[in-house]
Amino acid sequence: MDIQITKVGIISCSGEDLPEGTLSRIACRKVLDELRPGDTVTICLPLFIAGGQEERDFASKFPTITVDGCEKRCAQISTERISGKPSRSLLIPEILEKRGLAAPKRLRHLGQEEKEAAQAVAEEIAKAVDEILEE
Amino acid sequence: MKEKRKKVVVLACSGIGKVYGALARETAYELVEKVRPKITKLICLPLLVIGDPEARRMVTANPVITIDGCPKSCAHKSAESQGARIARSYQAINFYKAHKELKPEGIAELNDLGQRLAEVSAIELGGIVDVLVAEEED
Repeated sequence: MDIQITKVGIISCSGEDLPEGTLSRIACRKVLDELRPGDTVTICLPLFIAGGQEERDFASKFPTITVDGCEKRCAQISTERISGKPSRSLLIPEILEKRGLAAPKRLRHLGQEEKEAAQAVAEEIAKAVDEILEE
Repeated sequence: MKEKRKKVVVLACSGIGKVYGALARETAYELVEKVRPKITKLICLPLLVIGDPEARRMVTANPVITIDGCPKSCAHKSAESQGARIARSYQAINFYKAHKELKPEGIAELNDLGQRLAEVSAIELGGIVDVLVAEEED
């Protein structure tokens, strides 16, 4: 029996200590609120790691996209450990490089360039959502 | 040789779904960037939870303040599970309860009142940081 996938879980790096973490959070919210509001849900990363059963159940049954801000890949590693391989694992520095955009510098109150970078990252996440839903 | 001065580690909720998560994070940023920049250190909560050795060393060697955005208290519980020296734990909603004139709104970014609430709360936490650092130096 085919199970229709209706929602994709987005697990964002929360990286409080690095600007790419902020970029990741803002980009993910854009996807959730503006770009793909009906197709996505967010899973709170620390709650997921700390053992939130609802989050773990969702991530083991539905496809997930992890969005990490640095090479330590906390979101991807945590998802792999707890609920299996994510459907897509995105890395902010790779997306920015691919798009020819500069790395963000601020932890908050993003400037115009950083807002454009957040939009670019959000578009990449939305594209991954579409690909998963079409698979 | 005098031991290097200790810092107070700040761990904030990193949820992206609730206004009080954003308030927790913004308060932490205010505290670490503006109010007590030299004696505080922000650490990524997930980095600690996946067992990063440097993050773990920081929270076991220094006093820790946790600021949570919801009753699930991920920051507090995660710090506890890693053996952190938790000195104070806060729920961001209580910052609002103490300053009802500053109602925070927004998730990715706070509104102006929420931003002001984060500033006021961070100033109050600055006093707690001073107490913790003084205790460490006694």
